[in-house]
Amino acid sequence: MVALPADPIDADPARASGESPGGARRHKRPPAVLVVPALVAAAIAVLPLAYLVVRSLDRGPVELFEILWRDRTLRLTMRSLSLTAAVTALSLVVGVTLAWLTTRTTLPGRTGWAVVAALPLAVPSYVAAYVWIAAFPRLDPFLGSVLVLTLCCYPYVLLPVAAMLHRADPALEEVARSLGRGQWQVFATVTLRQVRPAAAAGALLVALYTMSDFGVPAILRLDVLTRDIFISYRSSFDGTRPAALGLVLVALTLVIVWGEGRSRGRAAQARIGSGAARRHQPIVLSRWASVAALGWLCAVAGLALGVPIVSLAYWIARGSSAGLDLGALGSAAASTVSVAALGALLTTALAVPVGVLAARYRTSGVRLLEQASYAGHALPGLVVALSLVFFGVRYAQPIYQRTPLLVLAYAVLFLPAAVGAVRASVSQAPPVLEEMARSLGRSPGRVLRDVTLPLAGPGVAAGAALVFLTVMKELPATLLLRPTGMETLATRLWANTEVGSYAAAAPYGALLILLAALPTFLLGYRRRSTTLRTGPVSRLDRAEVAT
Amino acid sequence: MRPPFLTTAVVAAAAALVLTACGGDDEADGVDESKLVLYSGRAESLVQPVIDQFEEATGTEVSVRYGSTSQLAAQLIEEGERSPADVFFGQDAGALGALTKAELFAPLPTEVLDVVDERFRAEDGTWVGASGRARVIAYNSAALDESDVPDSVFDLTSPEWNGRVGIAPGNASFQAFVTAMRVLEGDDVARQWLDAMADNGVERFDNNVLVLDAVDEGVVDLGLINHYYWYERVAEQGEDAVTAELKFLPGDDPGSLINVAGAGVLAGSDRGDEATRFVEFLLGEQAQSYFADETKEYPLRPGIPATEGLPPLESIDSPAIDLSDLDSLEETLRMIEEAGLT
Repeated sequence: MVALPADPIDADPARASGESPGGARRHKRPPAVLVVPALVAAAIAVLPLAYLVVRSLDRGPVELFEILWRDRTLRLTMRSLSLTAAVTALSLVVGVTLAWLTTRTTLPGRTGWAVVAALPLAVPSYVAAYVWIAAFPRLDPFLGSVLVLTLCCYPYVLLPVAAMLHRADPALEEVARSLGRGQWQVFATVTLRQVRPAAAAGALLVALYTMSDFGVPAILRLDVLTRDIFISYRSSFDGTRPAALGLVLVALTLVIVWGEGRSRGRAAQARIGSGAARRHQPIVLSRWASVAALGWLCAVAGLALGVPIVSLAYWIARGSSAGLDLGALGSAAASTVSVAALGALLTTALAVPVGVLAARYRTSGVRLLEQASYAGHALPGLVVALSLVFFGVRYAQPIYQRTPLLVLAYAVLFLPAAVGAVRASVSQAPPVLEEMARSLGRSPGRVLRDVTLPLAGPGVAAGAALVFLTVMKELPATLLLRPTGMETLATRLWANTEVGSYAAAAPYGALLILLAALPTFLLGYRRRSTTLRTGPVSRLDRAEVAT
Repeated sequence: MRPPFLTTAVVAAAAALVLTACGGDDEADGVDESKLVLYSGRAESLVQPVIDQFEEATGTEVSVRYGSTSQLAAQLIEEGERSPADVFFGQDAGALGALTKAELFAPLPTEVLDVVDERFRAEDGTWVGASGRARVIAYNSAALDESDVPDSVFDLTSPEWNGRVGIAPGNASFQAFVTAMRVLEGDDVARQWLDAMADNGVERFDNNVLVLDAVDEGVVDLGLINHYYWYERVAEQGEDAVTAELKFLPGDDPGSLINVAGAGVLAGSDRGDEATRFVEFLLGEQAQSYFADETKEYPLRPGIPATEGLPPLESIDSPAIDLSDLDSLEETLRMIEEAGLT
């Protein structure tokens, strides 16, 4: 039994600890059985970049320079950055506090809260934005966007941090306490440091999501790069300006990914291995602290879940024009689930070679491959979709507007989440087992199949679940690339809100949230159940990590 | 030892993908070579009944790709002559004009074009309007009487309306209206108007629905929208639930522009005859009555009455403008951007 599977968007101890388990093989050459598929995955992920370069140079470098060299470009960039910074910072605060409350304290009903706290992941951000603007028409664009995006994104921080809090060695905190530090001092000096790599990994996903999200700023009227890209496309039918701004987005993302790498690097010195897996002594909350904690949880859950659910229920109840078409609802749900499943499978399949390489071989080439896999995630779905329209119709006509190309777009968009999951779970599996298998004569491919993947399986599957749920909510790429005639819950929802039929849209929104809640529930629930199982392999695992 | 389920999953995924790719002609995958492919920039809820009628009347099956007019126009331009589309049905003359400019449309036969007044079709006969949509000012009837509402969009720049007007600058209909202002009054007038609106604290929204929401809730007192959003709102929520009312502007004001939803046949289509028959069907009595009754637009075929309560098309002093000229969106966009209104 593998007792301590990694979480989907986990920071991995291997990278965090100075001497990683992968360190032993640092100088070995990665096997071709991994490198070749990883190169394929990276090539697919950078397709949109190639498209942006082609398009932005359509009218020559001078025009490109003129587009970029405007006050407006700088203003949009600064606003995108401040939005990203604010959402990331707030998501860290919300995600870390909720993770801590639900894993380390005597909070009443914390198992239930742990699941509830992860559920906002099921709410598509454009749905949240719609219900907020409908309920509060005077919502400030910037503050509103920060609020909505934080409420939709904080689970990206919560999930890995909670997993890390479960796993982290209690000994450090015990030592600090025995040396006379108070509870809060221990939290600030020891606990926070332990979760730092996990928080950084989650913050990266939040930042990338915020940077590339189009729906929320569009609905709340906040002028950021993505909104300008979208408006340019739809009003000028001209690809040059949006492509140029897309390049700016990519550049910003590179800075963010680089910054996240740096913050992990520094955190590494603070850790001395994961230690033994024991249960933590929960911190006893006083009555008032419990009340305050419950108030905080209720406030977050009420804003993130209550507002959209109540609004959708209100629209369903209020609309008179909405005769509910159960057939359309059912077929939309079926296509949503099937493309999301295919998307999750392909994305995970492409992520495996990249993630395994990233966990086991820290060469500069591998690092480049891993970073390349992040390229698509930085771009709005619309840009990724248009790039695949461009390439698809020219070079892949047989699959153009068919499911395979749509699924490929999902892979480009969501590869990073799956790569992170694979990397994290593989680096928690002891490499000594792989080395043993190799020394017994197994080929690298068989080692991957028989040893690495089974060990990392549960964590990788959790990554696939995350991709599955994200794909279900995806809109722009689905609109452009779906087979003609196919409708998903997201496209139905969009089509109805576009003509102002909120009442007709609401059932699609409600079902989408409900379906997305299932994998979210599993993601939130899984980490609760894994702590108690500490079998023999995990001790080996721990021992290995500690050496 | 745990079974290597992930390997199995990966193999299954690959197999599934290969199967979908090869078996692409099955029903689940939608694209069917034997069907007429329509790109519809108009919503399914509004258009599908007409398509059903067409299928019934002609026996030609139609495969419809729904999206927004501009997104599909951008997609068509990206696809070029390899596009699988046979017909494009969009709701803005500007987008239709852009496709004409990109030389993606084949000319329509004169007997199809002649159904419609020449104000509502392309000069070179590459697209034809199917229904008309009037620009109007929506006002909050709790705050204002109709007589308080200005008779021209040019009055909206006066201090009286500071911070009280809502627009959707990213919306194609608004941009078509600004383009019309440029065509009618010149670029300088349009630029000054946009700058003055920006200085006058105009409120910006993402689309017409949100503008109407804002007028309805009293967030702004006036909103520049298309007429049918209000009629649809009333149909959905009942007249009592809607505080907003409409004013159709008198005179040759750009604020009374009548834009069209229209269709064209793609030059790359290998089913040109059926595609033309579809366009013809949109102009037939059945479809025209449907647009009048259901989408609350103006039917463009003479002799079909508009929906109740709607002032007749002839009574609106729509400015004399060639709708094909509404394709010059780039300059409009730049002006909107320079005024800081995007």
